[in-house]
Amino acid sequence: MQHSSMTRNFSMIPVLAVLGLVTLPLVVMYAFLVIDSFSNAPATSLIPSEFTLEHWRFLYDFSLVGNVWIATKNSLILAFTMVVTTLVLSSTGGYAMSRLNLPFRRFFLASVLVMHAFPAVTLLIGTFLVLNFTGLYNSMIGVILVKGTLMLPFGIWIMKGFYDAVPWEIEMAGVQDGASRFTVWRRLVLPQVKPGLVALGVFAFLDGWGEYLLPRILAPGADFEVLSVFLQDAAIPDAADYNFNIFKSVGIFYTLPVLILFVVFQNRLMNIFGGGTKG
Amino acid sequence: MQLTLDKFTKSFGDTEVIADMDLTVRDGEMLALLGPSGCGKSTTLFAIAGIHRVSGGRILFGDRDVSDLPSQKRNVGVVFQNYALYPHMSVAENIAFPLEVAGQDRATIKREVQAIAELVHIEKLLNRKPAELSGGQQQRVALARAIVRKPAVLLLDEPLANLDAKLRLEMRSEIRRIQQETGITAILVTHDQVEAMSMCDRVAIMNEGEILQIDSPTEMYRAPVSRFVAGFLGNPPITFVEGVTDGRGDVDLSGLKLPLPARLEALPAGRAVTLGIRPEHFGVARGLPVPGVVRFVEPQGRETLFDVALDNGAVLRSIQPVRQDLSVGDAVRFNLDTEAMLVFAETGARL
Ligand SMILES: Nc1ncnc2c1ncn2[C@@H]1O[C@H](COP(=O)(O)OP(=O)(O)O)[C@@H](O)[C@H]1O
Ligand SMILES: [Mg+2]
Repeated sequence: MQHSSMTRNFSMIPVLAVLGLVTLPLVVMYAFLVIDSFSNAPATSLIPSEFTLEHWRFLYDFSLVGNVWIATKNSLILAFTMVVTTLVLSSTGGYAMSRLNLPFRRFFLASVLVMHAFPAVTLLIGTFLVLNFTGLYNSMIGVILVKGTLMLPFGIWIMKGFYDAVPWEIEMAGVQDGASRFTVWRRLVLPQVKPGLVALGVFAFLDGWGEYLLPRILAPGADFEVLSVFLQDAAIPDAADYNFNIFKSVGIFYTLPVLILFVVFQNRLMNIFGGGTKG
Repeated sequence: MQLTLDKFTKSFGDTEVIADMDLTVRDGEMLALLGPSGCGKSTTLFAIAGIHRVSGGRILFGDRDVSDLPSQKRNVGVVFQNYALYPHMSVAENIAFPLEVAGQDRATIKREVQAIAELVHIEKLLNRKPAELSGGQQQRVALARAIVRKPAVLLLDEPLANLDAKLRLEMRSEIRRIQQETGITAILVTHDQVEAMSMCDRVAIMNEGEILQIDSPTEMYRAPVSRFVAGFLGNPPITFVEGVTDGRGDVDLSGLKLPLPARLEALPAGRAVTLGIRPEHFGVARGLPVPGVVRFVEPQGRETLFDVALDNGAVLRSIQPVRQDLSVGDAVRFNLDTEAMLVFAETGARL
């Protein structure tokens, strides 16, 4: 398959060469990251001399950098709540934006777009004040709310695009067939925007999993430490027995779900940018 | 079930698309709504279906006023121009959907789907997805889904527009067969006069939101009420020539005189009229010989179509059983059946 596509279109070769060259440093770095986390090297050399699993001790030895599983759990909670809230609110909100004759629809659409383009960092101080005032500062709920809010404009906008591509007649046919608007949405329209939902879900997960700034600033307390923050803390060489390779291992541990998700869903993720319903 | 539109009015914002339309579709009848694009056919159809709310007047199914009922409660089957099949469902699931929504039990659904599939000849396709069907097959599925609930009326919006010529011919008779076998009251929306005339019991011809004439296809073709109707029906179309009556039973076509049909001989002098001459009434066995020059020859297989320029410059069309003895530039004297000519007043009304 790959071979045939290359012979059919041989202008791919220079493109691949350039891409390969550009990616090479990244590949080398990742390779060393992985190699280093499984090996020891003499102090002055880059070439590893022995295989070892000792840098992965942090998985059970919490005295090294703290309890990684609690951080993982927190990260998972954050990521999954992001997925759920983003999907639920975007799939309904996007539908309303696309189909319903809401008052101020244009205003809504425009503001959603503006919100999406707004740099989140500039909102931090205001957000901090609001969270402080409502007592949600330093809590997981607060982080989830803020993160979810920031994700929604993107999600709604993306889902609106997918809904726009579903023919109007399909809904009318459903209504003629006697189904309520809700049944039509759930059984006839939703299945057709599934590629969008899958992509958006993965996106929301990655976004939640990768978030560093908000938990760091809005929930600095140790009882809600997500993996990104945990990783950062592990990197501070204040301990006497600081081990850079352990930091690398934590890094790999942290990256692993992202890589897996990306490998599994890479084709579907591209859907988001195509905006079409064809998967 | 009989369907009645009573002073039906529909506006979108400030633009009134349909004003005070009255229309009755008899029980079991198939009626065509025929008219040029943009005249309000789909609007009328969607109002009957409940997709559009009426702005005024009433819609009655039998004696029941359904004007304020939502689509779901009207029990109307609609076949959309692009079929609007549910792409993620199989053919069987598509057809079953209306029954499922109505809460019927599985056994009934299975039986009904099977029966309807046999009626529209798609029983072998039940497990396919819509994307795996040809246009004609999708059309059949759409039809099956629309009638499986035994709706009060069946509405078809340009159902053949997306098919190629051969399939169109096939589906024309298929839709008619299915309509007759089920005895369902149906409205067919189309801008194609051939479709309207060949498929329907009666044709309602529309222009700019108004129904101009309702009649059987033959009657409408024979006796159109106006110039617009005459021009809309017939393929190849009728030709119009303008003239003035001379009060002695002739029409003066500036340089050429043609006699009026006997029934109109008494028209007073000086009236501007339009003569409508159908191609099959020019070049007939008996009639008034009219000299002219062949300007264009179009062989159509069984028939040949001629454009003939008369002495005064007017061009008449003639359709005759195939003949190869004439070519462009030949002088001819074709017979004109003046009794069959249609005569229209300045207002467009037929005299
Ligand atoms: N939803 C709508 N909003 C505004 N105008 C409409 C709408 N639907 C149809 N119209 C107008 O009504 C007229 C009739 O349209 P339609 O019924 O679709 O015509 P057709 O006879 O081709 O089916 C057109 O001039 C069209 O622009
Ligand atoms: Mg239309």
